[in-house]
Amino acid sequence: MAEASKIIEVDNLVKRFGSFVANDHLCFDVYQGEIFGFLGANGAGKTTAIKILCGLTSPTSGTIRVAGFDAYTQSEQIKKNIGYMSQKFSLYEDLTVYENIRFYGGIYGIPMKEIKSRSEELLRRLGLYEERNSLLAKLPLGWKQKLAFSVAIFHNPKIVFLDEPTGGVDPITRRQFWELIYEATERGITVFVTTHYMDEAEYCDRVTIMVDGKIEALDTPGNLKNTYGVKSMDDVFLKLAR
Amino acid sequence: MKRLRSFLSKEFMHIFRDKRSMLILFGMPVVQLLLFGYVITNEIKNANVAIYDKSKDAATKRITNALDASDFFVCRSYVHSDKEVFDVLRSGKVKMVVVFEPNFERNLVAKKRAYVQVIADATEPNIASSSVNYTSSMIGTLVNSMYGQDDVKGVVVQPRMVFNEKQENVYMFVPGTMALILMLISAMMTSITIAREKERGTMEILLVSPLNPSQIILGKVLPYFLLSFFNAIVILLISRFVFGLPMLGSYILLLAESMLFILMALSLGIFISTAAKSEQQAMFLSMFALMLPTMLLSGFIYPVENMPSWLQVVCNIMPPTWFIIIVKSIMLKGSSFAEVWKETLVIAAFTVLFIAMSIKKFKIRLE
Repeated sequence: MAEASKIIEVDNLVKRFGSFVANDHLCFDVYQGEIFGFLGANGAGKTTAIKILCGLTSPTSGTIRVAGFDAYTQSEQIKKNIGYMSQKFSLYEDLTVYENIRFYGGIYGIPMKEIKSRSEELLRRLGLYEERNSLLAKLPLGWKQKLAFSVAIFHNPKIVFLDEPTGGVDPITRRQFWELIYEATERGITVFVTTHYMDEAEYCDRVTIMVDGKIEALDTPGNLKNTYGVKSMDDVFLKLAR
Repeated sequence: MKRLRSFLSKEFMHIFRDKRSMLILFGMPVVQLLLFGYVITNEIKNANVAIYDKSKDAATKRITNALDASDFFVCRSYVHSDKEVFDVLRSGKVKMVVVFEPNFERNLVAKKRAYVQVIADATEPNIASSSVNYTSSMIGTLVNSMYGQDDVKGVVVQPRMVFNEKQENVYMFVPGTMALILMLISAMMTSITIAREKERGTMEILLVSPLNPSQIILGKVLPYFLLSFFNAIVILLISRFVFGLPMLGSYILLLAESMLFILMALSLGIFISTAAKSEQQAMFLSMFALMLPTMLLSGFIYPVENMPSWLQVVCNIMPPTWFIIIVKSIMLKGSSFAEVWKETLVIAAFTVLFIAMSIKKFKIRLE
């Protein structure tokens, strides 16, 4: 297999809020096409790191390259090449399904004709075509989640950042969501996902585990389980977070 | 009963721990009482009066001093021509001009009849009529005590209301309503929409997208600008054709000033939204920092001049106060830009201030 190129390069990322160090000298790379899991307990610094990679916050120090662009000086180019799904799902409740897609397509500069064709294809695939003119508020949570993800990758970004995307839904819906993620990687999109559900770690190609702002582990789930001699990622985490 | 008691104690805890509720419960009544007490008064206090003394004799001097000595008037300005009379009224420096006819004292003694013309700015009709009445009775009493005449007809006071001959109250209300509505739509609505975006979490998405912050703000602000402007036009049309409000000045100037005011209100709205953490807070802030003060302290209904000086300072910090002056000047006095440039500058300065503060806060937020 040819060596995949690095799509995110982070070297000694530090983020301080006053005296509190949220991210403490993080070093990691993400390869193109992989599903990269950013795990850790609540408050470990995952959301801060992802916000820095998306250009929402600026780092205190460190080198960061996303999609081949420097995070300090080329944030505009980065924004055109990434997608983002927030914890709150970030869709507008008082717009219809189709209007939401059209809005996001528009601000990413996709021409109207393409928005129409892509959205039809997307809605049929998700089974939401019948609901395209329903207000988002009427959809059940699981459907909103899937739609939010599809909207985040609507403009075919190189990387999509997912911040705790599966909060509050049942395991079956979560599983379906992860199938969407697999489909995305098949299209060549790199997926950077944070979660505190350790079982979702199994679905990732590689994971890091953050504890108190530091990266305590960075490897494939399989290797991590071997290293710590345990059977599940839950146990790996318990061992690290002591 | 025990169940009710534990429920009650929970309710008290909610109230006491919520700073906002506490403010409403205890702070508001006090503030409202003070405000209403000081603001709602039809009495005149230290109203600026100019004197046009065509006679300059002992009698006119005594009358002038008496007027000045009273709590109601301050007679420090003197004018020397008919043109100056209207200039000084139009500029708003004085609310009333007292004109003594030539040979006042001589006429009073010899012919037993002398004339005093009292020209009042009737854009605030209640104040104007009060001023005229006070002046009349003061002059009457003084002349009687000077010359021992019971016949009050010694001095004839000729009142003249200018800028609002019919003393319509609607002349007072329309400019204030305009300020209020424009503030409401521009400031309050803008602040709510941005705060709502932040609360929903969709602001993050916008910030991550290729939209730059100025595009986001412009996109948020432009619809309300257009709507406010449309409303301003509607208000003008209704006041002109339904209420018969005169329009002595230039429509273009009025609309331009309105656009500036709308811009100011929009920047204020944005500033509130950068400060507010939620939609509710934005609405609350807008309501109490904008709505109520505009209604009470901007000269909408109760003239600023009648309030105690410490409260007048507060009134002058409020942009609507200046806008109302501008609207009244243009509509009722036919003022041109030369007469309202100072007030315009104040509003422009506020706009710049709010924009600067918003940008500063926005940048801090992003850190």
